[in-house]
Amino acid sequence: MTGTRHDVRFYVGNEYHTLADIAPTRTLLDWLREDRGLTGTKEGCNEGDCGACTVLVVRLEGDRLVWRAVNACIQFVAMLDGAQVLTIEDMRAPDGSLHPVQQAMVDQHGSQCGFCTPGFVMSMVAGRKADGLAQDEHGIDDMLAGNLCRCTGYAPIVRAMRQAMQAGPDHFDAMAQDMADRLRRLRDGATVDISGPTGRLTIPATADALASTLLASPDARIVAGATDVGLWVTKGLRVLPHIVPIGGIADLHRIERGPDALYIGAAVTWQEARAALTEILPQPDDEVIRRIGSVQVRNAGTVCGNIANGSPIGDGPPVLIAAGARLHLRRGDVRRTIALEDFFIDYGRQDRAPGEFVEGVSIPVPGPQTVIRAWKISKRFDQDISAILGAFSLTITPDGTIENARVAFGGMAATPRRASRTEAALVGRKWDETTLEAARQAIAQDFAPITDMRASDWYRRTVAANLLTRLYADCGPDAARAPISVRTACKAAGEHAHG
Amino acid sequence: MADGNSFVTPVAGDGIVPGGATRSLRHESAAMHVQGSANYIDDLPEPRGTLHLVPGLSTRAHARILSMDLSAVRQAEGVVGVYTAADIPGDNQISPVGKGDEPLLASDLVSFYGQPLFVVAATTRGAARRAARLAQVEYEDLPAILDVAQARAAGSPMVWRPMEMKRGDALAGLAHAPRRLSGRITVGGQEHFYLEGQIALATPGEEGEMTVISSTQHPTETQHMIAHVLDRPANLITTEVRRMGGGFGGKETQANACACLAALVADRTGRAAKMRLDRDDDMTMTGKRHDFVIDYDVGFTDEGRILAVDMLLAARCGWSADLSGPVIDRALFHADNAYFYPDVRLRSEPLRTNTQSNTAYRGFGGPQGVVAAERVIEEVAFATGLDPLEVRLRNVYGTHDRNVTPYNMVVEDSISAELVPELARRCHYAARRAATRAFNAASPYLRRGIALTPVKFGISFTATHYNQAGALVHVYTDGSVQVNHGGTEMGQGLHTKMVQVAMREFGLGTDQVRITATTTGKVPNTSATAASSGADLNGMAVLDAVRRIKRRLVEFAAAHWNVGEDEVRFAPDGVHVGSKVIAFSHLTRQAYFARVSMSANGFYKTPKISWNGDTGQGRPFYYFAYGAACSEVVIDLLTGETRIERVDILHDAGQSLNPALDIGQIEGGFVQGAGWLTCEELVWDRNGRLRTHAPSTYKIPACSDRPRIFNVELLENTPNREHTIFRSKAVGEPPFVHGVSVFMAISDALASLDNYRTCPGLDAPATPEMILRTAERMRHGSVPA
Repeated sequence: MTGTRHDVRFYVGNEYHTLADIAPTRTLLDWLREDRGLTGTKEGCNEGDCGACTVLVVRLEGDRLVWRAVNACIQFVAMLDGAQVLTIEDMRAPDGSLHPVQQAMVDQHGSQCGFCTPGFVMSMVAGRKADGLAQDEHGIDDMLAGNLCRCTGYAPIVRAMRQAMQAGPDHFDAMAQDMADRLRRLRDGATVDISGPTGRLTIPATADALASTLLASPDARIVAGATDVGLWVTKGLRVLPHIVPIGGIADLHRIERGPDALYIGAAVTWQEARAALTEILPQPDDEVIRRIGSVQVRNAGTVCGNIANGSPIGDGPPVLIAAGARLHLRRGDVRRTIALEDFFIDYGRQDRAPGEFVEGVSIPVPGPQTVIRAWKISKRFDQDISAILGAFSLTITPDGTIENARVAFGGMAATPRRASRTEAALVGRKWDETTLEAARQAIAQDFAPITDMRASDWYRRTVAANLLTRLYADCGPDAARAPISVRTACKAAGEHAHG
Repeated sequence: MADGNSFVTPVAGDGIVPGGATRSLRHESAAMHVQGSANYIDDLPEPRGTLHLVPGLSTRAHARILSMDLSAVRQAEGVVGVYTAADIPGDNQISPVGKGDEPLLASDLVSFYGQPLFVVAATTRGAARRAARLAQVEYEDLPAILDVAQARAAGSPMVWRPMEMKRGDALAGLAHAPRRLSGRITVGGQEHFYLEGQIALATPGEEGEMTVISSTQHPTETQHMIAHVLDRPANLITTEVRRMGGGFGGKETQANACACLAALVADRTGRAAKMRLDRDDDMTMTGKRHDFVIDYDVGFTDEGRILAVDMLLAARCGWSADLSGPVIDRALFHADNAYFYPDVRLRSEPLRTNTQSNTAYRGFGGPQGVVAAERVIEEVAFATGLDPLEVRLRNVYGTHDRNVTPYNMVVEDSISAELVPELARRCHYAARRAATRAFNAASPYLRRGIALTPVKFGISFTATHYNQAGALVHVYTDGSVQVNHGGTEMGQGLHTKMVQVAMREFGLGTDQVRITATTTGKVPNTSATAASSGADLNGMAVLDAVRRIKRRLVEFAAAHWNVGEDEVRFAPDGVHVGSKVIAFSHLTRQAYFARVSMSANGFYKTPKISWNGDTGQGRPFYYFAYGAACSEVVIDLLTGETRIERVDILHDAGQSLNPALDIGQIEGGFVQGAGWLTCEELVWDRNGRLRTHAPSTYKIPACSDRPRIFNVELLENTPNREHTIFRSKAVGEPPFVHGVSVFMAISDALASLDNYRTCPGLDAPATPEMILRTAERMRHGSVPA
């Protein structure tokens, strides 16, 4: 069937649900706990930061089952159309035995108060299933970055994860074919449209359908991963009269690597984009992109959503601006492409007309002489919002002259912005200490940052200049091979200690 | 010492049932935790018609309420009622220390930003949350005092009597000391961030009865507060808690507001009422760890011997006394940490401010005092050029002399002089310290630091009367056992340890001994589960109850099977009666038919202790728990970022009741303590509004913040000298203090900036910005505000 239906359809565990009267912004967590009585999934913060509400969302992508941990507190139920949700209640095997992850948590004393434990278990189960997550200590850190525990100090949980990684297949592996078949049967190519007393929900089946929906209802709110919009609802208690989830639109899920550029569609999550991004931006991926939110956030949040919401502290935009990304906008059938930096006009204002939407972003493939670096500075290393984020792209000729420079910062102004005076101080100069000093002077002229709970203006200004020094230490002419950050130092020391 | 952890496993064959007390045993709820089937209060089925409550909070730090228009709140969809101070039948007062300075709901005066003004009851929680935001409140602003500096400038009153603790003549000692220096350190506060927020569910019963299930560490106090607010005798109020999703001191008094408001609405409406705070409301409303400004003056010798110490410890207490008095007192009790001060004067300033009422938090002021003591040590070390560890060792308490605390208690059990060098040896402190120096000399931006700090932590409530506990143990005819006691489970494993006491005594397995929810209906007049005392106090009470039952069973068995009483023994393979072994269940069945009572109360009060705060005399602590931690860090001088590279801890849990759980307390306590002094920063704006009111802005340690190498060991063969439950030692709070080693290691790394000639003067928390500021100050003398 194509056309339109008036309900959302998904599985919770093995139970099939058809909801025709779901409130568009009803969160998955509230629905699970209040409507379904599934209270194993906990609410710790209701804003996607603590992971106590972590559940697994299983989807069929092509013919492949994909398992993703997400924060149920900031997922809307409606976004689950076509998916299977697994909660902590589903983790025991049909014979009643504990899942290997659960058993490991018991064996290693991984729970104390136990409140965060179901969320950890879910992240750990997902971690075993996820591809692309390194199964070493750093991989475990990444896997668990979105789950806070206040009791254990994480040590026994990490031990449990090590144990669980040694364990064999779980009962889901035996069910994979059935799960895939079931989810395949839910694919009907239909647009979903539900109107109720609490608002309207439209889930377009295609990008064209999205374009016409927005043309007809320019005030409708696009929701990709809801990692930001979710908080408008859970914390701001905002009423959104019409939401348009786009996560399921196949033609917005394109990731295309051309010879000159990488194209990422509007519905592509950070997690989905990472492999392709790592290829062209290896260092920024490791330093910044893997630190955007957490696994749960990157599994829901999209690259383009991080742009479209216009936040001054989104971590994606500075990196992408430095890399020279271009943004593709569409209104009806009219498409235009702009430099990403031009999208951000002022705080809360973007270059997007009513009814227009971000359809994708293209990132040029850097040439062999271009180095791209980015650093995120925050109070906590993982799952924090940047106090300051500096991203740098330098094209350096073999004789050491900076032919081109793109420098962009987050956290330094009301929008992600390029540092034009700094760039001017760099371009055409030899990449030496004199140029570094000139750039450090110039950056003071580029920004007048504010003081807030994350950092003072003094800290932001000082660190902005110091990141140029770090850049020089990392890829200047005298680049040392010594570690340039506490993280790489730790890695080196850890390898040494273990080696 | 290998990476990972080695548990100290008691030798087998000592007649102790597997998992019995002093053996490792998994948490009693572990299997439920991992399946999500362990119920917290919000998981319980709601009684029919349950109302959901949300408080309306003030948006001024200090103001007179001119008018409060709640009509829009009342008219909002789903709202059943809105309640203010005027609706309280009893006393609008929940000061836990009887100061009368803490109204449950503000009526005319607002004393901090986030103070509850009214409570909305609605059919859904969402409806209540939306309605609560519709209030129209008119304020007349009054001058708000937000921190220690402002409180001092304004001559703000103290919330509690300041304490002066002294021995000898500190001022004369300072005057005559060959070397002397003074300084100041500020130490930040800390949000508890229990993962389960504050919650209570009140269900009305017959004739004024009220049952309140509350996430509280102190069910008895919660019961009394509800009785007080409802103007009802305590025998009508029952408070119950099965488990909390974390407490850390944050539910010792701070649970009372939710419980009382839920009971108030349940009483007014006759319907069950549940209040579960949203995380932002929770952090905005409830008290936290006290932040301190500490001034110190120390006299010492060229050899690093401390001769005299004078300290003034000022704390931001918030708008009411709450537990600030005893918290600040305990900061003084620990301002010596493990060190002997020949002449000493310690003074406190518990200052009133228009902020959340600061409260109990793991360590209860003690850790702040320890930070001050360790700052004094590093000052002396930098001034004399000695290794701080050497200064520490030259000043630790002796056992025969140099063993009197500033509060005139003789330290009888000091083991710091052996434990500290032992850890230094095990973790290769000296070689690693030399390696950090070598690394730093060649590293422009990254610097390493290392520090090894001891802890000596006083165990007992300083309010002597709290040092009592009760238990109720039932043995059923089928031989199964139910244990109940006055302590509460917040994740620390107290219930597990209590089960283990009964298991060991009866020789029974885990499947035969069951713990039940803590309730004022079973064990009355209990103390808070706090001050690390849960297992010490309740363990002895459980033991007392169990032994009463055992005595009766022995008496019966001896008579029934005609053997001597000394021939009856409870063992893992059954009950030995003379030459035969019978099943425990066989004994209990026979005992029942013979009309033997198999239920008993147990009671315990800590011996030896007394304390007179007015004279500064007595023995406030039954004993001390000891330990030491060595931390190595790396910092970045360009950004102030930091990482903990390696930590080694050697800790004294006496004869541990459960080595696995105690290791867990140490690992978790350490990380929490390290978080307090590094990434956890509370920020208020100039209007007194807490800006770090959610995990998005308040950063507790995440997984990757744990030390890269983390070795934790229990000190072997050190049974408690005092007669505690199986000679164990309390382990809840002392390990928290190990986090101080991280702070001192960061300081050590910073000191490399001027080749270790001056004390960096680092303040806490050592956020990246604090570290960068300190580095800038060391290099350039000053930094802009």
